[in-house]
Amino acid sequence: MSKRVQQLDRVIIRFAGDSGDGMQLTGDRFTQESAAFGNDLVTLPNFPAEIRAPQGTLPGVSSFQVHFADHDILTAGDAPDVLVAMNPAALRANLGDLHKGATIIVDTHDFTSRNLTKAGYQDSPLDNDSLTEFAVHPLDLTGMTVAAVKEFGLSRKDAARAKNMFALGLLSWMYGRPTETTVTFLSQRFAKVPDIRDANITAFKMGWNFGETTETFVVQYEVKPATMAPGTYRNITGNLALSYGLIAAGVRSGLPIFLGSYPITPASDILHELSKHKSFGVTTFQAEDEISGIGAALGAAFAGHLGVTTTSGPGLALKSETIGLAVMTELPLLVIDVQRGGPSTGLPTKTEQADLLQAMFGRNGEAPVPIVAPQSPGDCFTAAIEAARIAITYRTPVLLLSDGYLANGSEPWRIPDVADLADIDPGFATHRNQTVTVKGEDRSEFWPYLREESTLARPWAIPGTAGLEHRIGGLEKGDGHGNISYDPANHDFMVRTRQAKVDRIAESIPPLQVDDPTGSPGQSGAKVLVLGWGSTYGPIGAACRRVRKAGYDVAQVHLRHLNPFPQDLGEILQRYDKILVPEMNLGQLSMLVRARYLVDAIGYNHVRGLPLKAAELAQAIGELVSQAEGIEVDLGVHGLAAAHSLSASAHSKEATE
Amino acid sequence: MTTTEGTQLPFPSLRSGVELVPRVDPDAPTQTGKEFTSDQEVRWCPGCGDYAVLKAVQGFLPDLGLRRENIVFVSGIGCSSRFPYYLDTYGMHSIHGRAPAIATGIATAREDLSVWVVTGDGDALSIGGNHLIHALRRNVNMTILLFNNRIYGLTKGQYSPTSEPGKVTKSTPMGSVDHPFNPVSLALGAEASFVARTIDSDRKHLIHVLSAAAAHRGTSFVEIYQNCPIFNDGAFDAIKDNDTKADAIIPLVHGETIRFGAHGGKGLVRDRATGGVKVVATADVSADDLLVHDAHSPDPSTAFAISRLTDSGYLNQSPIGIFRQVERATYDDQARAQLHTASDAAPAEPQARLSALINGGDTWTVV
Repeated sequence: MSKRVQQLDRVIIRFAGDSGDGMQLTGDRFTQESAAFGNDLVTLPNFPAEIRAPQGTLPGVSSFQVHFADHDILTAGDAPDVLVAMNPAALRANLGDLHKGATIIVDTHDFTSRNLTKAGYQDSPLDNDSLTEFAVHPLDLTGMTVAAVKEFGLSRKDAARAKNMFALGLLSWMYGRPTETTVTFLSQRFAKVPDIRDANITAFKMGWNFGETTETFVVQYEVKPATMAPGTYRNITGNLALSYGLIAAGVRSGLPIFLGSYPITPASDILHELSKHKSFGVTTFQAEDEISGIGAALGAAFAGHLGVTTTSGPGLALKSETIGLAVMTELPLLVIDVQRGGPSTGLPTKTEQADLLQAMFGRNGEAPVPIVAPQSPGDCFTAAIEAARIAITYRTPVLLLSDGYLANGSEPWRIPDVADLADIDPGFATHRNQTVTVKGEDRSEFWPYLREESTLARPWAIPGTAGLEHRIGGLEKGDGHGNISYDPANHDFMVRTRQAKVDRIAESIPPLQVDDPTGSPGQSGAKVLVLGWGSTYGPIGAACRRVRKAGYDVAQVHLRHLNPFPQDLGEILQRYDKILVPEMNLGQLSMLVRARYLVDAIGYNHVRGLPLKAAELAQAIGELVSQAEGIEVDLGVHGLAAAHSLSASAHSKEATE
Repeated sequence: MTTTEGTQLPFPSLRSGVELVPRVDPDAPTQTGKEFTSDQEVRWCPGCGDYAVLKAVQGFLPDLGLRRENIVFVSGIGCSSRFPYYLDTYGMHSIHGRAPAIATGIATAREDLSVWVVTGDGDALSIGGNHLIHALRRNVNMTILLFNNRIYGLTKGQYSPTSEPGKVTKSTPMGSVDHPFNPVSLALGAEASFVARTIDSDRKHLIHVLSAAAAHRGTSFVEIYQNCPIFNDGAFDAIKDNDTKADAIIPLVHGETIRFGAHGGKGLVRDRATGGVKVVATADVSADDLLVHDAHSPDPSTAFAISRLTDSGYLNQSPIGIFRQVERATYDDQARAQLHTASDAAPAEPQARLSALINGGDTWTVV
């Protein structure tokens, strides 16, 4: 049977099922296939904090969204075009996110009265008219899978477990994905259990064949490869990129890495990954608690290693006192906070950006700490190296603020050439640095707080270096000699010097790149600037594109450095009439910007545990453009209107990202 | 960075705790206590037991024969934690309770350092209790000196986790209702591989124990009874007073029958009723029944039973000496061995391996 092929520029698919249904694996495989095919893509895994929440219930639903396109895209997409729902709970939990006209592929096998009740359905939505706005394909995926793998003699339970591969095969056919990578992957993953391996590969192939032969699906879709800059690419998650960035910082600085860490979602994968790379001289210490994790890392830093600790918000709270000690002792230390929903335990598996003020101010006394933030999963690599550069060069703890979305989300990453990565010079102290006259005789001494002029960094003298024996600690130090000092003027001087040292980092930060297609600096047509940091880069970029596509002007700038701010930020903010600051918190960057630059930064704030939605944000930008320019703004298909109108096609007709 | 020469110390273990620490040139002039003394003025109260311990340590460190720059002292917060400032070695005066965690990082990162932790009863047993027990269980190669004065000194006289029940202090005007820790019992319960107790005023015994602790590979835990003349004066009088100390101190020497009291009139026997040990008059039992101290026993039960003979109220009786000294693989040695194994299996140059690492997985090339 010949099928019609329809061209699409982008598609958003969400795989949803029970926690044990293998939806993360299914999504990941579809992602790898799309990456190998050459699409640009962004993914959004979303799973419960419970490892196995009660089967068939709404809290137990796990999902994986992948957005792939024939052009560069910035987000995982606002609303799925296709939902694959493996049970009633998965359907019910995700239905509200779909736009009208979306395609739903349902595994009918679990639509029993018991499972319907668990999901809160009175009667089956497949049997009434509640889904008429969607293109629904009810299929017995489990039944077909069990039949397909009969020959391998598996238990019914094991046979049914391959249903996710059947679904993957079907979707792979629908979107013309290459299948080799998945077959190779399954062969390797289940190499030791041949019957499971063969069942999964068979289920995957049968899913593909079903798509090709069934009359249920009459259209196959094609999303051509995206035009991307030349280079070698791989798909990468933020936590993996961050781990590689740390290893790269170790290699380029020549310092062995010491990671002191306590397991915490969503940061643990960095501990797991680094523990695999001992051959690079990476020591991983799983501590008894968060405090010990950072304590050991600081001890290792004193001993001359690149000390790193990884955590999430609650752990950062526990580490505060040791960060203060690192500020006082002026030792290099990387503190990585993979932010999650808070306060307290909050939403462990969901994303948020609400630790910025904790990172900035969450210590006793005047304890300035540089802060850097990655803007996309692949960018975590570069951000980790930058954090290490600052820590080592300026002898200071540095906070790196990733988040749950960056950590688990993925994108194609152009692999850098190792030779192009900057060198970082630890510059250990080797000689005494001061001459004092005692009873008329000159005597050389080592002064641990004698500073380098350009950076204000103090010497890093590690144990084992003869003649440089010295003591440091949490008590206030006398300028230069570093002995305990309670002198009022000295304390005032040291407080200001520690602040000046952090401020001075701004001199090493390159100018900001303002994305403002309307004009060159000083003569911009845009009156609205959108200022962001961290993982909101994608939604902000996508929202700005929508506004521009609709014919309006808007500028965008994104911050890598949150402390100190880049030197040109103040001047850039002055160029625009309105500043919008979208954040996944209640306005933390906007508070800092307002305080620092006395500008009327306007917050756009959501704390839903999910990335911002581009269409909603575009609408907010549009409203601000309307105010700033005194014009009517109608974003049409590029704004919210599109998402709520019934689309004729199974696929979104809203604005291209 | 490493030396193979063993240390000549009274309690040689199979592998010395300072075996990998560089030693001073044998032809160089002998080190003196003065070289280990920093130029900082010591600021403890007059009569504080910390002075005696500091003098003993400054006098004893040269005997180790280690290069001064390869010795690191780490402390927490409290009176005793000022200790590192007064020694001309590398040192860090850190945060309340966290010294064992920081020292774990130092000791794991560097096999060529001799790492010492100085802590107190409040620092180690109250705010830092968690780090202490985990350091002991991991058996990181370092020596922990716990100065136990049974009071909070630096905060001016509140009861501590080793203060006796009923103690009247600023925070317990009607008497403390807290049950105290026995630091030696706690360390044995955490499966420490070296556990000892000594007294600030007994310089000879103190140095003997410190030597054994330094020689031990793994975490050496040394409780030092230390008098606070300001807030808890006389807490250890019974074991220091010439008239009472013979009955108060139960001396523990490996391989020797445990005897104490005037003319060795008291000894220990196993108590079949409790499974523990009890004090008896040696005249009442056969000499064969008297307990011989075995610090090297793999089973810590007897050492624990002996530790229970310590008074939890006013200290009228306490076993003193090395309770336990056994061989157990250290965390840091094993962690470094894993690094070496992994490095040996990956001989290529790091830049090339980094390139291979980040280019791993499913890749595709756009031209």
